[in-house]
Amino acid sequence: MREETIVIRNLSTGYKGKKHVKVIAKEVNATICSGELTCLLGANGAGKSTLLKTLSAFLHPLGGEIWIQGKLLADYSDKELSTVIGVVLTEKCQLRNMTVNELIGMGRSPYTGFWGTLSRKDRQIVDDAIALVGIEGLKERMVHTLSDGERQKVMIAKALAQETPIIFLDEPTAFLDYPSKVEILHLLHRLSREMNKTIFLSTHDLELALQIADQIWLMDREKGVLVGTPEDLAINGSLENFFCQRKGIAFDKDTGLYRIDNEYWMTIHLEGSSERSTMIQKAFRRNGIHATSETDSEISVFVDEVHEEYVLKLKDKEYSRYSTIKELLPNALELLNDRNTLKNKSYDER
Amino acid sequence: MKKPVTLYILLLALSIGVLFLLNLFLGSVDIPFRSIWNILWGMDEGEPVIWQNIIWKSRVPQALTAMVAGAGLAVSGLQMQTVFRNPLAGPSVLGISSGASLGVAFVVLLSGSIGGIALSRLGFMGEIALTMAAIIGALSIMALIVYVSQKVHGNVTLLIIGVMIGYVANAVIGVLKFFSVEEDIRAYVIWGLGSFARVSGNQMMVFVCIMAVLLPLSFLLIKTLNLLLLGDSYARNLGLNIKRARLQVIACSGVLVAIITAYCGPITFLGLAVPHLCRGIFRSSDHRILMPASLLAGAALALLCNLIARMPGFEGALPVNSVTALVGAPVVVSVLFKKRRNDMNE
Repeated sequence: MREETIVIRNLSTGYKGKKHVKVIAKEVNATICSGELTCLLGANGAGKSTLLKTLSAFLHPLGGEIWIQGKLLADYSDKELSTVIGVVLTEKCQLRNMTVNELIGMGRSPYTGFWGTLSRKDRQIVDDAIALVGIEGLKERMVHTLSDGERQKVMIAKALAQETPIIFLDEPTAFLDYPSKVEILHLLHRLSREMNKTIFLSTHDLELALQIADQIWLMDREKGVLVGTPEDLAINGSLENFFCQRKGIAFDKDTGLYRIDNEYWMTIHLEGSSERSTMIQKAFRRNGIHATSETDSEISVFVDEVHEEYVLKLKDKEYSRYSTIKELLPNALELLNDRNTLKNKSYDER
Repeated sequence: MKKPVTLYILLLALSIGVLFLLNLFLGSVDIPFRSIWNILWGMDEGEPVIWQNIIWKSRVPQALTAMVAGAGLAVSGLQMQTVFRNPLAGPSVLGISSGASLGVAFVVLLSGSIGGIALSRLGFMGEIALTMAAIIGALSIMALIVYVSQKVHGNVTLLIIGVMIGYVANAVIGVLKFFSVEEDIRAYVIWGLGSFARVSGNQMMVFVCIMAVLLPLSFLLIKTLNLLLLGDSYARNLGLNIKRARLQVIACSGVLVAIITAYCGPITFLGLAVPHLCRGIFRSSDHRILMPASLLAGAALALLCNLIARMPGFEGALPVNSVTALVGAPVVVSVLFKKRRNDMNE
């Protein structure tokens, strides 16, 4: 069931020193819902971590209100909060001589007694958390021998063992290889659905977040916070505008994703509409050439699907054939360069 | 691979028993084991009075003091290492033992130059004055540290401030020494070498009683210490009040060091080494294991050091501080090496 578990009104975040108050973000108004994966996106220094710290009550808000499950965050005691919000942080735990099982067991601390001994029920919950994350194989490993991805999963299992309806994660995909990033985000998405948890995470992996997240928060020092589904944000242009000052990034409206924007200085004709032609397009784009079927040019490329070969054409006549893009590319570029200088020469002669 | 924790704990306890008896048995005067046994159990009719005196007034107090002080220093070191998340932290790191030294220096060195009486000649009253001075010095430095710990956020900052306070205290001691007569300086230096033999009779009873209260108290912090292992943010998220926890741990550890230093002088190394030793042996960070293990291992190691310091041949007893480091350092290094090999085999 989708419920608004976190409501933020006019929140300003930042740091309060003795003399100076440093405001990082102000006038933040938004809600986060249970059963959804919400991703917080923003450039370095946009205030993502500060916002997360404020929401997890590590920092006091400079102003405004945070309502967690209908109660003001400030009204929660440390003890109560530990059963409502679980966190997974970027900081590495400098733990030696502790097994994964013990570490996840620490997630039960809010519920255990004076000595912190786990009851049979606690152990069952720890086992369930381990099964949910799928790290049964790591159970008896020492924490300091884990890889970054494994450790991240262990910390997520810890947060699950804590049995909080809300989980905040600060850049859980940082330092991970690509498949692990995807795996972690899928895992979190699945958990939000299956356990009806409210999951809120910050990340720099735009591409992945736009594909997996249910809600996106775009955070910017000047523009504040924009909230919506990735699709709505794509349609209303927010995503396109978001990095508009930065060079080299383009928002592809067809896919709803960002891509690297290579500037091109020449357009050539490309025949064919298959996977191969898309790859040729990509390879040429990297070299500053836009290859498309919608234009005519002296030199063109034709994909021979029958022979699985690439044909370089000059004035519609076959010039040469290649079986890989690696061979095609330097020859095509050389030819293009020759024709270009020739053209320029003829201009000069005139 | 799980170590049989209970077995190791039992072995440690057993070794304490053996070492305790050996401490009573070995010394510059040869007393047969039978006689010691008889004297201990009150069947001392046939035994020479001088032997009874040696056992009851010298060897038993010394062994008890060593045991209790070793246990206390180890527990205190474990707490410091956990709260500062620094393997080099030890009981002396926050300048608390420097504070005790400062107190003692004031009394020993100033009483000579101002009062005109050398404290070393005062006997029993002098001893009490020394102990009081050490406690006052240590506790006031500790109060200062606790005050600072509420003001600064970072553990590293606090650690550095502690070390700085220690330097300042040592500098003041240096100045005091400069203006003192040789005899007093010698008395101070001897105090500074540390000894389990100084505490005698009633004072020993007081010391053991205080420690018998303080050591169980430190066990109350086991869950807190386990949470602190995870780092401040995670601990806080699990419902721990970091400021209060840090205050409790530092206060507990500081009082232990203050009392021990007051009675035995600044004993170094044990507090730093024993927790490492226990982590190596038990391969665990769980304070439910480490706390009792450190307590027992600290007691055992202190007894062993005391034994070596009084080995026949070293008449007059070696300074405890030299022995703790000479015996302890190789043990710790070998355990760490063995642990590294195990890590690599995994």
